[in-house]
Amino acid sequence: MTENIVTTNGKKSKKLIQVDHLVKYFPVRGGLLQRVLAWVKAVDDVSFFVREGETLGLVGESGCGKTTVGRTMLRLTEPTGGSVKFRDVDVFSLRGNDLKAIRRNMQIIFQDPYASLDPRIPIGESIAEGLTIHRIGSPKERFDIVIQTLRKVGLEDYHARRYPHEFSGGQRQRIGIARALALQPDFIVADEPVSALDVSIQAQVLNILKDLQHEFNLTYLFIAHNLSVVEHISDRVAVMYLGKMVEMSPREELFENPLHPYTQALMSAIPIPDPKIKRERIILPGDVPSPLNPPSGCRFHPRCPVAMDHCAVEEPEFKEVLPDHWVACWRVE
Amino acid sequence: MAVVELEKETLLTVEEESYWKVIWRRFRKHRLALAGIAAISLIVLACLLAPWVAPYDPISINKDANGAILRNSPPSAEHIMGTDAVGRDVFSRLLFAGRISLFVAFTVVFVQETVGVLVGAVSGYFGGWADDIIQRVVEFMLTLPLLPLLLALSAILRETTIPGLPREWSSAVIIIIILTVFGWMTATRLVRAQVLSLRNQEFTEAAKALGMNDLGIILKHMIPNSLAPIIVNATLGLGGTIILESALSFLGFGIQPPIPTWGNMLNEYQTDMWTQPAKVFYPGLAIFVCSLAFNYIGDGLRDAMDPRLKN
Repeated sequence: MTENIVTTNGKKSKKLIQVDHLVKYFPVRGGLLQRVLAWVKAVDDVSFFVREGETLGLVGESGCGKTTVGRTMLRLTEPTGGSVKFRDVDVFSLRGNDLKAIRRNMQIIFQDPYASLDPRIPIGESIAEGLTIHRIGSPKERFDIVIQTLRKVGLEDYHARRYPHEFSGGQRQRIGIARALALQPDFIVADEPVSALDVSIQAQVLNILKDLQHEFNLTYLFIAHNLSVVEHISDRVAVMYLGKMVEMSPREELFENPLHPYTQALMSAIPIPDPKIKRERIILPGDVPSPLNPPSGCRFHPRCPVAMDHCAVEEPEFKEVLPDHWVACWRVE
Repeated sequence: MAVVELEKETLLTVEEESYWKVIWRRFRKHRLALAGIAAISLIVLACLLAPWVAPYDPISINKDANGAILRNSPPSAEHIMGTDAVGRDVFSRLLFAGRISLFVAFTVVFVQETVGVLVGAVSGYFGGWADDIIQRVVEFMLTLPLLPLLLALSAILRETTIPGLPREWSSAVIIIIILTVFGWMTATRLVRAQVLSLRNQEFTEAAKALGMNDLGIILKHMIPNSLAPIIVNATLGLGGTIILESALSFLGFGIQPPIPTWGNMLNEYQTDMWTQPAKVFYPGLAIFVCSLAFNYIGDGLRDAMDPRLKN
């Protein structure tokens, strides 16, 4: 995973983002002196890459660390270890103005369209905020960019003066997209951008994201727990379980030939919109263990239908078993 | 596309209303608060324009046609509130006293709320050891018994003069400083509580992702969003400060005569309480009306700014 050019299906594309051994532990404090009692291992040694112009879907159930991966990559929370490379820049070593400069290229869209906009600020000003911070253009030019960006996400010029409470959830999410877009970033982390929206609005927002990707050659890390949504928008899909990456492959490959038993169980849970089709569902026993004290060896082994003795002892390596298909499982060789 | 068209339609018909317009619309429904605004405006205006409104100089001694000093004269057409023991016009003194009392109250409240907001925002936003230290200081200061401490301090500092200021004004400035030093904690706590919830909201992270630094986030997002309780607190604080300053002046530790304040006027006139009760009544009434009005305005604002209320 070190060379910068990767070949997929004969297409050559550059890696835009390279994440290596990303680790994020959150301290659990307690007692009178607020000593650290334990560590929540939210993200534990995760490596992956995102190619220029593609959408990498990142799926997993609540609490598996997918949101933490996105936020840590953007330095919204400080990493415990590992490295993130944007092109050739080591994001984790940046400070001060260098960090500020790279933020122009890496943006985020949030899950909650209600909490992600400052209620006191007209949305035009929110969208212009990044431009102001980076001192881009004159006030007049900034205003023009705001208007253009509003139109790009399907809103009108006069909306710029309005306050967030005057918009619906879907519209606010488009405002959030516009805010990220105004800086003309290359890479956007979309952190469950549609999971708070009504199903009828979800498709609308997803299509806007797709259109913008084509127009500006954007690269997305699309975090979600809804596999249908991920299938709709992603080029490749990565699956996380309890702070670990378990599988990563092109979309069709993952949906047709999932190799990791956890991915297989996830796939069997996708509802089919046809009541006549019966499907074998893989029901995993038990609950997700606590990231405070994860199981030894492969973290999935206590719930895995095909676990062997060795799985509890040693952790499987996340490696490329088929072309562009990465898995961490002892059963897959 | 029909849905989008429909949304546009609704947006067009929604009346554009800024945050402050909404507050004002709700505030107007609170009659006592409106009355409070009217009363305060009248008093503030009269006091501000005292040099033109007041019929006499507040410290000159008035004499009758024969040249005799008008001591303790009852209300009359010339002196609508009468004159005091040394022949000064009570109404004029009341207006000039109001200037000082209100000036002290507004200054104290403005400075203490500003300090409180900044300290509270820093405390809540950064957390950690800075928050710990600030909160322990706040708790310590809140446990101090206020009035005895103020009395002791003003007694100690009574003789202190501030270079470049006349003696009479020094005592006013010292009172302002003392009241400010012991009054910023409530605002700090209010803002800290607000910021604690605001800093975890996604718009804070969005600002960070856009490249805004901590100071920018505090000034642009944290403070404007935590102002509502501060405005209420400041309004209520105005009434409290007027009473506190009056109490100090009444006890002789506040602003010293001949500069009149409502508090030291009360003190001066208490000797005539049984012969001329009306004179004590006037400064007392001024203090009462002001603090009552500020309290009603504060109540009205609190209701108007309550985020749980819609419309």
